[in-house]
Amino acid sequence: MAYDYDKYLRPGKLPHIWCPGCGHGIAMKGLIRAIDSCGLDKNNTAIVSGIGCASRLPGYVDFNTLHTAHGRAAAFATGVKMAKPEMNVIVVGGDGDGTAIGGNHFIHACRRNIDMTYVIFNNFIYGMTGGQFSPCTPTGDKASTTPYGNPDPIFDISKLAIGAGATFVARTTSFHATQIDKLIAEGIKHKGMAVIEVLDDCPTTYGRRNKFRSVVDMMKRLKEIAVPVAAASKMTAEQLKGKVLTGVLYKEEKPEYCEQYAKVIAKAQGA
Amino acid sequence: MAKKVALLQGNEACAHGALYAGCSFFGGYPITPSTEVAEVLSNELPKIGGKFIQMEDEIGAMASVIGASLTGAKALTATSGPGVSLKQELIGYACIAEVPCVIINVMRGGPSTGMPTGPGQSDVQQAKWGTHGDHATIALVPASCQEIFSETVRAFNLAEKYRMPVQVLYDEIVGHMRERIEFPEPGDLEVIDRAKPTVPPEQYKPYDTSFGDVPPLAAFGSGYRFHVTGLNKAQDGFPTTKAEYVDNEERRQIRKVEGEAARADIEKNDEYLTEDAEVLIFAYGSTSRSARYAVNELRKEGIKAGLFRPITLWPFPEKRIAALGKKVKTIIVPELNLGQMNLEVERVVKGACPVISIGRVDGEPINPGQIMAQVKEVK
Ligand SMILES: Cc1ncc(C[n+]2csc(CCOP(=O)(O)OP(=O)(O)O)c2C)c(N)n1
Ligand code: SF4
Repeated sequence: MAYDYDKYLRPGKLPHIWCPGCGHGIAMKGLIRAIDSCGLDKNNTAIVSGIGCASRLPGYVDFNTLHTAHGRAAAFATGVKMAKPEMNVIVVGGDGDGTAIGGNHFIHACRRNIDMTYVIFNNFIYGMTGGQFSPCTPTGDKASTTPYGNPDPIFDISKLAIGAGATFVARTTSFHATQIDKLIAEGIKHKGMAVIEVLDDCPTTYGRRNKFRSVVDMMKRLKEIAVPVAAASKMTAEQLKGKVLTGVLYKEEKPEYCEQYAKVIAKAQGA
Repeated sequence: MAKKVALLQGNEACAHGALYAGCSFFGGYPITPSTEVAEVLSNELPKIGGKFIQMEDEIGAMASVIGASLTGAKALTATSGPGVSLKQELIGYACIAEVPCVIINVMRGGPSTGMPTGPGQSDVQQAKWGTHGDHATIALVPASCQEIFSETVRAFNLAEKYRMPVQVLYDEIVGHMRERIEFPEPGDLEVIDRAKPTVPPEQYKPYDTSFGDVPPLAAFGSGYRFHVTGLNKAQDGFPTTKAEYVDNEERRQIRKVEGEAARADIEKNDEYLTEDAEVLIFAYGSTSRSARYAVNELRKEGIKAGLFRPITLWPFPEKRIAALGKKVKTIIVPELNLGQMNLEVERVVKGACPVISIGRVDGEPINPGQIMAQVKEVK
């Protein structure tokens, strides 16, 4: 039976702004299935985003939704969560939003291990502003501001999150659509900062410039570069060249920020 | 029963004023000369179950304050010149999304790092024009420690009542000076909470103007689900580029503060010997204390000087200053910058009388003698 997404979508707010073939829609559907499988209460769930194509997601879904400023989603979400720790807080946004302008907020939310689920839509490019390179655009690739090929090295977002202190980090791609909801659901259930990186595609501003003839070509690439962590352990460094690991990359139990602050309150109140 | 009294710094008084107003969230980033506000609240907030967070920077601090406010908390940040510059994009966000919050700006010299430990009144125009786009601004400029306490309470009240960011600006002199403070008892000062929706959740629109120019604001997690964005939006909170919505909303957001009734409610001034004044001194914050002293001394010498001290700086007291401009011979505007509010006084007086600036940016206060000398020169 077809899954009933309508239950979580806002009536009258579709069609969305995403281009045909954009991976963000696949990621949104994954997020909805994850929320449903975790049984989250709509009234008690906030979805926070920054600015970019990916960040338009909150407008379409029926929760407490907060579309903020470019790069600042994690910081707004920190305020929401701190002030109301009983809320489920989910952050969504693009790679540019989260790791360029928002890099500082992103790493500090990871460091605090505050209990939120950050789904980062990594399409390797700035979609909304017309395809300028992001910190995740592969070196050498074309973008509207790297006409001679991108000279910059890239961020590995998942490694960045692990290094910064996130206690649940997972990665998948929009080709592996059924894995998206499973990983996000695991992230939601995890107490602490959970980062789920979803590699997806922007046919309009990235694919076109980088000789992907169709969305199918882009999907094929996502399929080819993804290697599940278990399989990777049996592969040589040579075989892993140009690949990205998918699945749960890191998991750890560590004190969560709001719980730590609850101890501060108890101490201040003389406990 | 005698009131509780204490010898407090301006910054400490600010923190206690915030607590009196019901502040339960502080998000900040340290910067001189504002840090004591954060330090006191880091100590006091957890005692009442409130939250204090030191964010990674001022932008993050402002973001956390807006996020917290949307859950229903009364939220505050405190900073100084360069910190306010960083917050500006999000101050605009709080304006357009109509999210109540309070920003304390303990002013220092500038531009840039300027004089971190010196006093300045250098952000009075930044407070009005710092963020991009057209919007209304409420900014208060207390001049003593007691007034910092009560104006911080009023800032929260205005933020809640008008659903917007409110700035409190005072300079390092009042921020760091110690004065005797009388703590008001609960109920002595008015404390206002934002209007909450009474309609059923399905009917709630966060910008529903059928409830007036300031629509009720639901809290995240209270059963009302709604969308908040920094984009131009229709009454339901969802983005629109339709000309009539955008125009109406922008005008309403300015009208809710600058309309006549709102101005009468928000504007607050202190006039001293202005009835028969021939020379009017327009001064605010610490500078107004020197000006008051100067007025007293000048009166002793038979010179008819008077003081106009705005306590609400924005919206600017246009009507009253225009009227006084027609009555007096000269207006003198001493301030710890090179003539920022002087510009505004000139704009409003429209040439009815000369407006003379006394500007100072060397890190020293403007003393009464300097003001007296200027008055005598023009008299
Ligand atoms: C302060 C600020 N700087 C720049 C922009 C312009 N801007 C809007 S979206 C965007 C990039 C979005 O890219 P990404 O986050 O990767 O998301 P995508 O659009 O690819 O989904 C930029 C640079 C802005 N809105 N605000
Ligand atoms: S520009 Fe790219 S990221 Fe944006 S909607 Fe189109 S395909 Fe998606």
